[in-house]
Amino acid sequence: MAELAIHSRPDQSPPVRPERVITLDALGAVGDAARPLGPIERLANITLVRRLVVLAVLAVLWEAFARYTANPLLFPSLSETLAAFWDATARGPLIDRTLNSLSVLAMGYGVGLVAAAVFTTLAVSTRAGTDLLSTLTAMFNPLPAIALLPLALLWFGLGAKSLVFVIVHSVLWAVALNTHSGFTSVSPTLRMAGQNCGLKGLSFVMLLLVPAAFPSILTGLKIGWAFAWRTLIAAELVFGASSRSGGLGWFIFENRNELETPSVFAGLLTVILIGLVVESVIFRTIENMTVRRWGMQS
Amino acid sequence: MAHGVQERRQAGAQAGAGPEPLLVADGVTLQYKTTDHLVTATWRVGFEVFAGERFVLLGPSGCGKSTLLKAIAGFMAPVEGTFRLAGAPITRPGSDRMMVFQEFDQLLPWKTVLGNVMFPLLVNRRMPRSEARAHARDLIAKVNLSRFEAIYPHMLSGGMKQRTAIARALAMEPKVLLMDEPFAALDALTRRKMQEELVGLWEEVGFTVIFVTHSIEEAILVGSRILVLSPHPGRVKAELNAHHLGFESLGTPEFEALHRRIHDLLFTDRIETELASEAAHG
Repeated sequence: MAELAIHSRPDQSPPVRPERVITLDALGAVGDAARPLGPIERLANITLVRRLVVLAVLAVLWEAFARYTANPLLFPSLSETLAAFWDATARGPLIDRTLNSLSVLAMGYGVGLVAAAVFTTLAVSTRAGTDLLSTLTAMFNPLPAIALLPLALLWFGLGAKSLVFVIVHSVLWAVALNTHSGFTSVSPTLRMAGQNCGLKGLSFVMLLLVPAAFPSILTGLKIGWAFAWRTLIAAELVFGASSRSGGLGWFIFENRNELETPSVFAGLLTVILIGLVVESVIFRTIENMTVRRWGMQS
Repeated sequence: MAHGVQERRQAGAQAGAGPEPLLVADGVTLQYKTTDHLVTATWRVGFEVFAGERFVLLGPSGCGKSTLLKAIAGFMAPVEGTFRLAGAPITRPGSDRMMVFQEFDQLLPWKTVLGNVMFPLLVNRRMPRSEARAHARDLIAKVNLSRFEAIYPHMLSGGMKQRTAIARALAMEPKVLLMDEPFAALDALTRRKMQEELVGLWEEVGFTVIFVTHSIEEAILVGSRILVLSPHPGRVKAELNAHHLGFESLGTPEFEALHRRIHDLLFTDRIETELASEAAHG
């Protein structure tokens, strides 16, 4: 090492050169420091556009595969599915069924959120509450909500009550867990800044903790929604049979029994569409208006 | 520790018949718990701050200067001694002692620059919304951020974030402004600019500030009076005047002399503690 240092040392010391000071003129030669992106680059930056492209490709693949197999009983084509979808929407019960499902979902989601708020309040205000919440979450989070359906049927009978019960179970733990972990990860500096500004008690929670933990809360809401939607459809498949005003799950089940495969696909398509709309439109809009705008999520 | 020891008054008791001090720290001992230690951050620290002073708490890391400031802000209570602000003991956080932190995440990310500056005014119902907006705009202009008032904090540079925090604190017209190494996370050029701006703002608005730093140069430039603290635990080592020294005196013999004097105060101390810890461990 020492030898290397000696060898790499230049023979002469570097020359002392004249100094230079340059007066900068206008930026004409360099051009603008920032150039706006072209229209195609801008379009490619919009997530919705990119997703629509993927969807279009999938649709083409579906249609081609179905036409190739030519077996509408097992795998109807996209056009047949769309026709069945249109038929069920315009003349059939699809809209009614969807509204049934969504109203049960909204009820369960709402009750779940209120329960999550209660649990989280308990958890942030007392240590026993924290222990209770983490124990209950650890117990019930791995338990699929649908596994509670038999019990729910026993307790609440056939009908919306049982569905609401399992939906509450699927929403509650995800939302409570995420909200609580969001609260606990609010930085000490931000907490002190909030207290310094005069926040205390409820105003501290509502004006500081909730917005500061909003990325986590939103994640909880999204997970809760996804759990709830899946659980609902699955639950309807199980016992929609004896419920007169069934939901989407029952629509799928009914059509499968009648071997109306395109209608089954139409029902599945509706499930997917609603999922997509909620996730890519509703939640994404909320995200864009809040956490992305605030730079709390990249 | 040593409960029977008579409490000594360490504060400069030379303030004769002049004005009353705004803030008094009287024999303050501060302790906090880590996971396995009870740390004594400061031991019987006393000082007085007068209205309009730029009072600097200066010391190496571990001298409890930040803890001292947090206690003045009301985030922790002394185990011994008291703080009194305008005669009243400090017991809890309050907007009469607005704080500017070192960390950039002190701003509310979900509010714009204007929203952040207005926030404490609205929380404390200090004035109606329209008036608060005008007042906040006024202060944002004073820290040269008018062009950025509609911007969210994540799009601001570090210096701009700190200026926003300063504007937010000053908007409340606090009795005393607390600054916890506010420029330590900034690059050197920005830091110098912010120091100049702070002193300029002080000349324009005329507030009282307690400023924590570990930079001797910053202490002399920003401060009018410097409290030098020793580490482990923090005790008052000296209280020096720097009101006559500012940016124009950079490089003057006077400036260098004070710099050297403080340096020696801190440096001898460090040697002592290093020797002591070597002796203890060796």
